Amino acid sequence: MQSFNLLVSICLLYVAALFVIAYVAERGVQEGRLNFLRSPVIYTLSLSVYCTAWTFYGAVGSAARSGLEFVAIYLGPTLVFVGWWWFLRKLVRIGRTQRITSIADLLSSRYGKSNTLAVVVTLLAVIGTTPYIALQLQSLTLSFFVFTGGSGEGTSTPFASVTAFWVAAGLAVFTIVFGTRSLDANERHHGVVTAIAVEAVVKLIALLSVGIFVVWGVASGPADIFERMDQDLLQSSQIFNGRWVTLMFLSAAAIICLPRMFQVVVVENSNERHLATASWAFPLYLFLMSLFVLPIAIAGQSELPADANPDLFVMTVPLAKGQGTLATLAFLGGFSSATSMVIVAAIALSTMMSNHIVLPIWLQLNKKRSPASDDVRTLLLRTRRISIGVVLALGYFYFQITGGSDALASIGLIAFLGVAQVLPALLGGVFWHSATRPAAIMGICTGFFFWAYTLFLPSFDGAFILSQSVIENGPFGISALRPQSLWGNSFEDPLVHAVFWSISFNTLVFVVASLLTNPNSMERQQSAQFINVYGRISPSSTIARNAEAEELLILAQRILGRQEAMNLFNQTAVSQGKVSGLPDPTQPFVEELERKFAGSVGAATSHAMLAQITGGESVSVEDMIAVADETAQIMEYSERLKTQSEELKKTAQQLRAANSQLLKLGEQKDTFLSQVSHELRTPMTSIRSFSGILRDSDSLPPEKLKHFSSVIHTESIRLTRLLDDILDLSFMENGKVQLNIAPVNLSEVINRAATATETQLQERSSELLRNPASEQIKVATDSDRLAQVVINLVANANKYCDAEPPQISVSCRRNGGTVEIDVADNGSGVDESEVELIFQKFSKLSGGFFVGSAGLGLPISREIMRNLGGTLTYEPGGAGALFRVTLPLEHTEPASA
Amino acid sequence: MAGKVLLIEDEPHIVEAISFLLERAGWQVFTHSNGQDAAEVAGRIAPDVIILDNMLPNKSGIDVLREIRADATTSGKPVLMLTAKGQARDKAAAEEAGVSMFMTKPFSNQAIIDTVKMLAQ
Repeated sequence: MQSFNLLVSICLLYVAALFVIAYVAERGVQEGRLNFLRSPVIYTLSLSVYCTAWTFYGAVGSAARSGLEFVAIYLGPTLVFVGWWWFLRKLVRIGRTQRITSIADLLSSRYGKSNTLAVVVTLLAVIGTTPYIALQLQSLTLSFFVFTGGSGEGTSTPFASVTAFWVAAGLAVFTIVFGTRSLDANERHHGVVTAIAVEAVVKLIALLSVGIFVVWGVASGPADIFERMDQDLLQSSQIFNGRWVTLMFLSAAAIICLPRMFQVVVVENSNERHLATASWAFPLYLFLMSLFVLPIAIAGQSELPADANPDLFVMTVPLAKGQGTLATLAFLGGFSSATSMVIVAAIALSTMMSNHIVLPIWLQLNKKRSPASDDVRTLLLRTRRISIGVVLALGYFYFQITGGSDALASIGLIAFLGVAQVLPALLGGVFWHSATRPAAIMGICTGFFFWAYTLFLPSFDGAFILSQSVIENGPFGISALRPQSLWGNSFEDPLVHAVFWSISFNTLVFVVASLLTNPNSMERQQSAQFINVYGRISPSSTIARNAEAEELLILAQRILGRQEAMNLFNQTAVSQGKVSGLPDPTQPFVEELERKFAGSVGAATSHAMLAQITGGESVSVEDMIAVADETAQIMEYSERLKTQSEELKKTAQQLRAANSQLLKLGEQKDTFLSQVSHELRTPMTSIRSFSGILRDSDSLPPEKLKHFSSVIHTESIRLTRLLDDILDLSFMENGKVQLNIAPVNLSEVINRAATATETQLQERSSELLRNPASEQIKVATDSDRLAQVVINLVANANKYCDAEPPQISVSCRRNGGTVEIDVADNGSGVDESEVELIFQKFSKLSGGFFVGSAGLGLPISREIMRNLGGTLTYEPGGAGALFRVTLPLEHTEPASA
Repeated sequence: MAGKVLLIEDEPHIVEAISFLLERAGWQVFTHSNGQDAAEVAGRIAPDVIILDNMLPNKSGIDVLREIRADATTSGKPVLMLTAKGQARDKAAAEEAGVSMFMTKPFSNQAIIDTVKMLAQ
């Protein structure tokens, strides 16, 4: 006998080990390590949640009581995996493409995403599973009790109750920790699955060890064991009778319909090919699990007292033989069977409850607020955790209420039949286009009613809703309505009776209602997706593929441009081995297109566009938000580009303007140099000629000699003055002139001009008219430069005035903040067309009276005035020529040229 | 022997120098100082050689040359054009208009005497 404390310690150690395994597996898979955890072996082992404590212990009990009946429970799943694995594969494929999270989700999704149906299935699953969880708790407490020296009868003692409570609480914690770590879209739980696979191995080893011990330790070999067998145990009438077939049917249905089986077979499946392995490996596992059932039962019957509970032979036989360690192993096997079942069932049920009951209610209550996705996530995780607690609490209370009754022992098959009511709707949904949602709901409810009435409620023996008298005599004494023999039919076995009527009525109602109702559009669409989940290649689908390729090409041409799109499609078609035509829209090709489009329109847009064409997926709100984000970024970017390009345009315009300005300046410079050259050559020509004459002629008359020498002299001066003027002008144009600003009286300036031009004026007998009173104005300016301007103007007037004798008048006046000096003559003035010309360099008007003018006088004067902050203008409309000098009273800096 | 030369030039000192040189060499020199009626004067005088400045007041040397060539009495006369350097465009236009010879200012005294003599032959 083991002490209670030791056993608890072993259990805790075992659970701690499972924790570690689950944690390591979860992390490993997330980080991409431990990829063997995605292997078909793990998948197959996880399917062993089928073998609960009820199977682990109960199979031996069943064998001891009813011989080979237990084999039916193993044969059902075996037949499904061997013969119907293609159906499982279809379920798995549907599960992946439709992102199915539970069997309730599958049915709801198939029948037009009906939540009513999901709620019905969820309730059915909860009602069918709760007793089953209670059964596991009972097995555990019983095994605890037996192990620590109890009789195995008193499971309703406070001790058992406390044990069950702590087991349930511990399982809840484990399930919450590993079943609700994250909200994965696929609802896969690698940690849990791995822990369950380990438990599968433990229970197999435990049972095999006990079996081997029994055959070769207790007996002396297989032959010896079977010799000890009670002759009544195996009778051929036990197999292939009604009950046997019924059991096979139920267990076959259970492997698909039980929430926990659906969870491991469909939801936790990470690769369809794992089913191929499981299709032979899982039957093999079941075979090994059943191999020693009969020997253990025989040994128990022959070795233990007659009143020993056959359900506990797996443990009690080793214990009786003093094999404490082996018994502990057997205990752990049972422990594993119970815990794995409860964990997976709790995960499956909590998913259903939170997705189909809590969340819709919450959304309904919060209709006005638009829920943020974080809210929903938090809510879902919280409701999952609470649901797990609720499921285990229900199991616990069920165990408390019915604890120890025989009703619990038979609850396994009752639960099987309860959840099997979804089978007609499931099969119809996957294979029959005409199956409709109302039909599914009505069929399931009908089946559920008959199940409850004929099997579930009578199992309480009158303790719950149906009284003993109703069970025996029918409601209101109508014997045709007796729960266990409807319409007076007398099936020997109430189970067979219940299976027959519930499944028959269920199927009948489902089929008839489907034929009477029409599927709505959503149902039609979903049924097509489910039934044609493989997208079989038929002639019509080939056309669809071509249409798809054409649409892809049109889209690609718009995004990538005509030529590139054609090239890409042609290359792909060639690489696909097509001689002509468009390439098939294969997955790699569509992915390549998505990548290429993403470069132009952004990843989210690209995905949304292609998803629309290649079908299946519709565009989600998240997709649309991502598209909008991308668009906003692109708009902002293009706005920046626009600004930049406008700036560039402006700069280019400025550059062009500057360039043409430079070209013009270059031309002006060429013209200027050419003019300068000409103006210099003229005096040089005279100088060279006359100096040559003087050099070559020995006998020139003295007056000629003197004249020629004076010409040379004059021309030399002219040359020098020309050079001075050019330099002066150049300096002034560049603003490099040095100004000596000082206060000066205008009369002083005009006196100097008069003195400087006196000789010239005398030569032409010109008269200079002045108004001395007007000249009494003081200004701050460069008096030398101003005098230069006045001299120039007077000299020009003297030179070009065509009146005889010329009269040149100089007058001054104050005009606001400025001073004006007018220089006028009595000639005919400057022709209007020539006014601008006279201010240009080297422009000489016709009819000059003196040689030696290079035509730089007026341009220089104008530049001087500009530098002095004033102007020089020609005033037309007077009698003769009138030039006006305007300058400020106070010197101001000139505007730059 | 030496004949008549018409000198069309607006710079008085250059006119004086060329006149002195050619007269001393035995030519009869007529002068005219603006482009306005130069061609007309040339037709009236009928010189053996015409010396024409490229830059004249009122009318360019090229235009005067065209008029000279257009007039039957002067169309065959040799014309020596005096230019400043760097006026390639003018030179090409003058050649097209039928100039006989160019001489760039400033020139050597001997060169102008020799050129006029050569053109007169």
